[in-house]
Amino acid sequence: MAYSDKVLDHYENPRNVGSLDKNDPQVGTGMVGAPACGDVMKLMIKVNDNGVIEDAKFKTYGCGSAIASSSLVTEWLKGRTIEEAYAIKNSEIAEELALPPVKIHCSVLAEDAIKAAVADIKAKQAAKEAA
Amino acid sequence: MQNYFSLLHLTQQFAIDIKALESNYRKIQSASHPDRFVSASPAEKLQSMQLATSANEAYSVLKNPAGRAKYLLELRGINAIAETNTAMPADFLMQQMAWRERLEEAKAAKDLADLEALASEMQAEAKAIQDELIDLFDVTKNLAKATDETRKLIFIDKVCADIHHAIEQIE
Repeated sequence: MAYSDKVLDHYENPRNVGSLDKNDPQVGTGMVGAPACGDVMKLMIKVNDNGVIEDAKFKTYGCGSAIASSSLVTEWLKGRTIEEAYAIKNSEIAEELALPPVKIHCSVLAEDAIKAAVADIKAKQAAKEAA
Repeated sequence: MQNYFSLLHLTQQFAIDIKALESNYRKIQSASHPDRFVSASPAEKLQSMQLATSANEAYSVLKNPAGRAKYLLELRGINAIAETNTAMPADFLMQQMAWRERLEEAKAAKDLADLEALASEMQAEAKAIQDELIDLFDVTKNLAKATDETRKLIFIDKVCADIHHAIEQIE
C-alpha cells in the first residue's frame, strides 16, 4: 500500500521518540493498544502549572501509519492546554496524514492515547490536591 | 444456521477435541473432493465446492485458539477486535512494550537464543490464557472477561508471529 508523503516523513524521521519520567507529578502517561493489528502506543506529556503541555514523547510499536499518527500528535500537543489536547479528533489526524480508510484505526489509537494521557495527568493532579 | 462448530460436528465451546476437528475436516474434504463430482450436475458441483470452502474456513478458524475464541464471541455478537476499543489493562500493555523492546533488541543483535527464549516465554503465556479461556467460555460463561483475555491472546499471537519472522530472517 502506498503511504502519503507525510506518513513517510514521520515514519522515517519520527519526532519526539522516547520517554519522560513517569514518576514526575507533571507527567501523564497514556497507553493504548489495538489487537486487530497488534499495535501498542505509549504517549507521555509534561504539563506545567498553567495546564499547558511543555513536552511530549511517544513510543509506538506498529505500522507506519501508527508511528506517523503518534509522531504527529506529539508535535501538535506541545504548547496546547490539556483541554485543547483532549479535543483533538482522530479525523484531524487522519486528514493531516491522508490516511486511507483501512488505516483510520491508527488515528483512533493516537486520539485515545492523548485522552488516556490527559486522564492520567488529571488523576495525578487530583491526587495531589487531595493530599 | 450452520456455524463452523456444527459444520465440523463439534460442541460449540472453547475446549475442543483437536483430533475430532482434524478427522471431521478430512472427512468433509474427501467427501466434497472435485474428483467425486466429475459427472455430477453443475448444481451439485457448486454445492460440493461451497461445502469444501466452508470446511476450509471453519478448520482454519477453529484450530487456532485465538481464532476460535474470537469466533465464539462473534457468535454471541461481540467483536473482540473492534477498532473503537483501544483500552487494555495498563500492566498488559506495559508487558507488550517490554516484549516488543526485547524483540527489537534481539533482532538487531541477531540474538537467536534470546528470540527463541522469548518465543517460548510467550507460548507459555498464551497457554495460561487458553487455560483460563476454557474456564471463562465453557464453565463460568463470563463473556466480558473472555473478551479481555481473547484480546490479550490475539496480541500475543501477533508478537509470536513477528518473533518467528525475525528468526526466519536470521536463519
